[in-house]
Amino acid sequence: MTTELHYTIIDESCEYSLRELCTVCKVHAQFVQELIDEGILSPEGQNPGEWRFAAVEIRRIQLSIRLQEDLRINLPGTALALDLLDEIDQLRRSKSHLEQFYALNKQS
Amino acid sequence: MEFKDYYTTLDINRDATQDEVKRAYRKLARKYHPDINKKDTAEQRFKEIGEAYEVLQDIEKRAAYDKFGKDWKAGQDFDPPPDWDNGFEFNGGGYTENDASQFSDFFESLFGAQGGPGAGQHGPFTGQHARYSGKGQDLHAKIVIHLEDSYKGSKQSLTLQRPAVDESGHVITRPHTLQVSIPKGITEGQQIRLAGQGAEGMSGGVNGDLFLEVAFAAHAHFIPDNRDITLTLPIAPWEAALGGAIPVPTLGGTVELKIPPNSQTGKKLRLKGRGLCSQKAKGDQYVTLAIMTPKAVTDKETELYKQMKKEMSFNPRSHLGV
Repeated sequence: MTTELHYTIIDESCEYSLRELCTVCKVHAQFVQELIDEGILSPEGQNPGEWRFAAVEIRRIQLSIRLQEDLRINLPGTALALDLLDEIDQLRRSKSHLEQFYALNKQS
Repeated sequence: MEFKDYYTTLDINRDATQDEVKRAYRKLARKYHPDINKKDTAEQRFKEIGEAYEVLQDIEKRAAYDKFGKDWKAGQDFDPPPDWDNGFEFNGGGYTENDASQFSDFFESLFGAQGGPGAGQHGPFTGQHARYSGKGQDLHAKIVIHLEDSYKGSKQSLTLQRPAVDESGHVITRPHTLQVSIPKGITEGQQIRLAGQGAEGMSGGVNGDLFLEVAFAAHAHFIPDNRDITLTLPIAPWEAALGGAIPVPTLGGTVELKIPPNSQTGKKLRLKGRGLCSQKAKGDQYVTLAIMTPKAVTDKETELYKQMKKEMSFNPRSHLGV
């Protein structure tokens, strides 16, 4: 079966309220609050009614759920894992740049 | 059907204790979790580890599996003998949280398709969180595209194994092909959410959603960082010293880049708007210069270098004090 579909792109131009975020990620507001308290999510706005979440936070919520359920990592451990994963991404990119330089040496 | 050696999968001996099984599983699950391990094979490996653990962590299932003994090797053609499971009872407890719909045919032929609420309902890049009763699970999948697909926008055909429930209540997987439009300027880690394209809902419940997470295939020259693209550009010493316009490849084709005189290796120049641009956001291309030194081969070339040595007062090691 092949279907042409309607889709939403979750990119930096999207922003979500707490309610929208809970609907998209299918989590309870309590869980979002816990992630905020742990520093995993950082919405704009003073109180829950005004909170605006950047689209990238959706991925962080999904990652948090998967890491907690698949690897039984608790919340502080999840926060640490997410920070380390971000750092590894940065390091991988730097490594790619350096590898390009080394590759040039081999050519010459 | 291929025989699966679950002990090899978990890298343990056949006489491993239940504690050793658990430890081996946890260690490998951490190592091959597809959110952590970026290798293409990680997701498949993670599923295999989950399946092996599903069998070996349960004493009953393990005892039944052990009846096949050491004579079988992984990959051998295999059909379970009739009545092989006489005397074993697999119903009820002992199932892990791994997503049973992702297990192999080998597993299903031995232990049956594990449906219903007793079997786990989530796993990375499969389904997760069926919290609302009746509503189908959300599904997560990775979609690997080329940088060019994002730069220009493209259409991709994608086949996913979508869990569904058959007439007898068993969880099965059905192949499901989707035509997905990749919008111009999508970046790594962004998601395409397809409402209603997740797992089918049960007893009239609505379908779950499908989330496609974008990843880029490695490119020979360009390195993406969010919307920006970096390229290492080799240049000749005279191009670096004299400056001038030189051709540079970009995702949108060749453009001219003006190099200022006396540029050095490592200098970063920006080509505005030549990165991954969506309708609302723009990315740039950064060009890092790398000066390549031509070899002195002919007499004339050697003479040119000797002349430079004589006429240019240049000490690249002055900062080292030598």
